[in-house]
Amino acid sequence: MSEYYQQLATRIGERFGDAIVESKVAHGELTIEPQPERMLEVCQALRDEEGFRFEQLMDVCGVDYLDYGRGSLGEREFHLASPAEQAVNQRQWDKPRFAAVYHLLSVAHNHRVRLRCFAADADFPILPSVIGIWSSANWFEREAFDLYGIVFEGHPDLRRILTDYGFVGHPFRKDFPVIGNVELRYDPEKGRVAYQPVTIENRSLVPKVIRQDHRYAESAAKGEK
Amino acid sequence: MEIRNFTLNFGPQHPAAHGVLRLVLEMDGEVIERADPHVGLLHRATEKLAEQRHWVQSLPYMDRLDYVSMMCNEHGYVLAMERLLGIEVPERAQYIRVMFDEITRILNHLLWLGSHALDVGAMTMFLYCFREREDLMDCYEAVSGARMHAAYYRPGGVYRDLPETMPQYQTSKWHDEAQVHESNQNRRGSLLDFIEDFTNRFPGYVDDYETLLTDNRIWKQRTVGIGVVSPERALQLGFSGPMLRGSGIAWDLRKKQPYEVYDRLAFDIPVGTNGDSYDRYLVRIEEMRQSNRIIKQCIAWLRKNPGPVISGDHKVAPPPRADVKADMESLIHHFKLMSEGIGMPEGEAYAAVEHPKGEFGIYIVSDGANKPYRLKIRAPGFAHLSALDEMVRGHMLADVVAVIGTQDIVFGEIDR
Repeated sequence: MSEYYQQLATRIGERFGDAIVESKVAHGELTIEPQPERMLEVCQALRDEEGFRFEQLMDVCGVDYLDYGRGSLGEREFHLASPAEQAVNQRQWDKPRFAAVYHLLSVAHNHRVRLRCFAADADFPILPSVIGIWSSANWFEREAFDLYGIVFEGHPDLRRILTDYGFVGHPFRKDFPVIGNVELRYDPEKGRVAYQPVTIENRSLVPKVIRQDHRYAESAAKGEK
Repeated sequence: MEIRNFTLNFGPQHPAAHGVLRLVLEMDGEVIERADPHVGLLHRATEKLAEQRHWVQSLPYMDRLDYVSMMCNEHGYVLAMERLLGIEVPERAQYIRVMFDEITRILNHLLWLGSHALDVGAMTMFLYCFREREDLMDCYEAVSGARMHAAYYRPGGVYRDLPETMPQYQTSKWHDEAQVHESNQNRRGSLLDFIEDFTNRFPGYVDDYETLLTDNRIWKQRTVGIGVVSPERALQLGFSGPMLRGSGIAWDLRKKQPYEVYDRLAFDIPVGTNGDSYDRYLVRIEEMRQSNRIIKQCIAWLRKNPGPVISGDHKVAPPPRADVKADMESLIHHFKLMSEGIGMPEGEAYAAVEHPKGEFGIYIVSDGANKPYRLKIRAPGFAHLSALDEMVRGHMLADVVAVIGTQDIVFGEIDR
């Protein structure tokens, strides 16, 4: 499986040249990273050209890399950890904050590819919409917009989809608290439900810990499985 | 006389909306001009919640996505984790998973058949389908203790082996000794005996359903030529599963990208020709028969091959209970797994299973922590429902209900 995808990666690399920033095969899956400016051109070719024929867009997934590689150990646990483990819990993400991940499937050739496209601006993430290439992008892009605030340029109907009417914020961003910002209650004076700031406290039962695992380190050093 | 379009609100509380679907329909008389589904009324942020918990703690949430095909959802999740961990699953566990996936497929299709038929006016089907679902939910109960939300699959295998006994009916003031004896007839042996008895009876039941519907004039009037999707559009719209096969594309992940032991089992893929509701009905009916065939093969294999049902890698699967009481290292493993959870390697993986509704995919991003960094659930119903507008345009109001039925919509997975 991996060999097949290595070959596909080579073919894609040859076809698109520097439109592909990075491509990687891991766990029998191919991930390529096109430049946002040339995203549409790459997608169109991936759908139409005989060697690729990715007729189906299975999924679009927003990702927020804000906390990537950062554990949430308590102060005491952190000081007890070894320097190597401290380092592995304090990594810095050196790429843009937001990305959209597209999963393509070719029914004709029975292969898949994953595209990851980073939005350069963290304050106003913007990416081209692929709705003209795959109709199924419609709701998937609306979802990524709703949950992450990624704007898909060229989408004809970019409304919220999963959150409530009049919702404020983008709830799946890492800086959006899991308890939310507002809660609803019935206001007997006004005779209707009303919003108020949340009255509960955020708590985590399981701290996020990143361990240095030699088994994984060895297999990573040897190259891909 | 002035003729103008009007807007009709359908749902969110409507028995034919299969949950909490709000549809805003723009109508010209009784003909649909545009349908705008408003979803998200059942949004629970499953993906966000999963980011707060360690890997195995999120597994029961998977049951609650598509709450009529519970174990298939779990299957997608554990497959994604196993791909990232790179561990092997014992063969017996793979057969058990396949068997329960197919039981789940029958469970799902029975609920779909019953409710779809009820929506378009056939009351009897609902009662028959629920009679059979009862037996299958007893299988769920026997193996996991829960009739619906089983939480039975684990990364590395399944929670426990198949039980040797079935739960028995007890006498009550409604059921006397003789009645209870009768109901317990097929529950004397093991779970496998019970499932085998079911698989022997089930093809006859499917024949009964077909007698009621397949050539039924009203049924055909309500489904033939309704919600037609061409193969090209089906691909464009991201369809999968019976929705894609109904349009004539022979695509099934169990055949094309086999996972577990599907490549060793004999079964056929039914394909439709016209891409209408009636073809999709025929496809799903045939899928039930094929699932029955797969279950039979799994039972035969499982009877002959005892063995472990969960991986022996104790960094992923907890050691047996007896070892935890006697062996220090097992105790440590158990404690670490239950408190901190599995340490996942850094990376990303996408695993898709042929869920009864289509391609159910789990995409996980891990930064090497004990929790998912990002978990994305690719629900088949989400893509299907987004095509509702296109499928109902030009149809009558009553056909909206038939199209929702044929899409096999469940809001647990769409709203997540």
